[in-house]
Amino acid sequence: MSTPILSIRQGIKRYGSVHALDDVTLDVADGEFLTLLGPSGSGKTTLLSAIAGFIRLDEGSISLRSKDITKQPPEARDFGMVFQGYALFPTMTVAENVAFPLKVRKRPAKEIADRVAECLDLVQMGAFADRLPIQLSGGQQQRVALARALSFHPQVLLLDEPLSALDKKLRADLQWELKALHDRLGVTFIYVTHDQEEALSMSDRIVILKDGKIQQEGAPGDLYNKPRNAFVADFLGKSNFIDVTVTGREGDVLSCAADGAKFEVEAETPVEVGTKTKVALRPERLRLGAPGEEFLSAKVKQVSYLGERCQVIVTHDSLGELLLSCATWKTGITPKPDLPVSIGWDKDACVVLAPE
Amino acid sequence: MGRLNEKVSYWMLVAPALTIMIVFYILPVLGIWEIAFTEPTTGVDNFVKMAESSAVKTSFVLTFRVAAITTLGCLLLGYIVAYSISNFANKFTPLMLALVILPFWVSVLIRSFSWIVLLGRSGLVNDTLRDTGIIDSPLRLMHNEFGVLIAMIHVMLPFAILPMMTNMRGISDAYVKAARGLGASEWTAFWNVYFPQTIPGVMSGALLVFVLSLGFYVTPALLGGGRVLMISEYITYQIQEFLNWGLGSALSVGLLVATALVLLIASRFINLRSALLERK
Repeated sequence: MSTPILSIRQGIKRYGSVHALDDVTLDVADGEFLTLLGPSGSGKTTLLSAIAGFIRLDEGSISLRSKDITKQPPEARDFGMVFQGYALFPTMTVAENVAFPLKVRKRPAKEIADRVAECLDLVQMGAFADRLPIQLSGGQQQRVALARALSFHPQVLLLDEPLSALDKKLRADLQWELKALHDRLGVTFIYVTHDQEEALSMSDRIVILKDGKIQQEGAPGDLYNKPRNAFVADFLGKSNFIDVTVTGREGDVLSCAADGAKFEVEAETPVEVGTKTKVALRPERLRLGAPGEEFLSAKVKQVSYLGERCQVIVTHDSLGELLLSCATWKTGITPKPDLPVSIGWDKDACVVLAPE
Repeated sequence: MGRLNEKVSYWMLVAPALTIMIVFYILPVLGIWEIAFTEPTTGVDNFVKMAESSAVKTSFVLTFRVAAITTLGCLLLGYIVAYSISNFANKFTPLMLALVILPFWVSVLIRSFSWIVLLGRSGLVNDTLRDTGIIDSPLRLMHNEFGVLIAMIHVMLPFAILPMMTNMRGISDAYVKAARGLGASEWTAFWNVYFPQTIPGVMSGALLVFVLSLGFYVTPALLGGGRVLMISEYITYQIQEFLNWGLGSALSVGLLVATALVLLIASRFINLRSALLERK
């Protein structure tokens, strides 16, 4: 990574005995779309608030382009911010809202007017300049909030669950737009969400938090395919977890045994023979076949039809229940409850997890 | 049929209160109007007398002035209290709220007498100032407009605080936070973002205090000591001292009309319904 635009070093924030942020160290690259992802209480909003300057870290430091800003008040940091619930000022029109950051920066009136028009056009809200926020729909308010946050050319845009109040369809549309806007403007986005789909679809990099600690960070594909621990494997998408004992090793390939079921796993990190560990297996990597076709025999327990895919819960004598996801358009067997089937997977489908 | 029953039961619910209002309030008020136009002679004599009297004019001007200054004082002090309770009190909120409401449990009469104890010639304030050598002879702190205003502001303060506080508690702290995040200083965030949102509360507090002050009797009568004759005391004088029922009633009608006018004018600028009923 070239010089990061924003660096957090050993950030700690305590509320009583609870660590809201526990030794967080993070670099944000210039122009990056970074997502802080985690369940509620994971510290993602605390981290964003610390970056924005609304809360002061107990320990550690934050720097912007190598300049220490740990003790700066929020207004001195020059970050754009889109709030959960938008926080558009209800007594101001759309245009006045967008002009606000420029007015407090005492820019000339002409420049303000031009920039407001430009920003409203950017989010396709030019026609609504004279409306009050209360007269807009949720999606429109979201766009205005975005225009307001961008109007003063901030170096970094902070977004706190900006889409969480919108319905699913609109959320999906705005995800595309946000991503396009990011690519067009080249501004660094730091985006907080608890929605893993949102994180996967937009981010250049995702940071997964739990209990104030960074669990793993990386590109969406890396995190999805190579989760480091069970929390990440379960939080980002769905996973089956199998407790295994490593019985043999040949290069990268481990032989694993789990209560009589034997299979092979490709591991990037070396694991000693005899180790007991946990592997994660994505539902879509499981194959479903007629009895005898794959290497483990099982029985269908339940089927859930989702349109383009269907999810199947199968039971195996020693592995217990496994979730399997298969395309519905594929010909072959049609899973039904109590149908005897066989299941299998490729040896690169399993990921060996580190203990949490 | 169901519709009709609903209407009947609605009226049954309203009837007791409505009856009491009609018998003990609306009819007597109409009686006052009647007296105003019939005592001692039928016609508008009383109103002509009222319009010609400079004493009445002085009293009306004084009443409006005292009400206006009281309102301003209450808004200024009340805004600070309401703001502190809404934004900083946290776990002390119930205690602070209790302290605001507590005076309602003590009669206005007692509260006004307490001010006499404090502000009188040899009251607490004067004695203290004299004992510490700051003054030689006692200050005139009451039996003048100053004393009336101090006590009026004290009595009216909760009526300003409560609507403003209700309004402020409904304002999310996200707005000020957003303003600061977008580059506004604390003061700019307050003045441009927070304050405009509190105007409905300020308006309803102002209206409440102003209208109540216009007809206030006890406090001005006690603290004014007969020298600060607000209109309600003037009416009492006419009726009790001079047995001049006609002029007294005409003055009441005048006060009622004046108050109605204030509300009418206010309604052109603020939404009375939300200001007085919904308290938002």
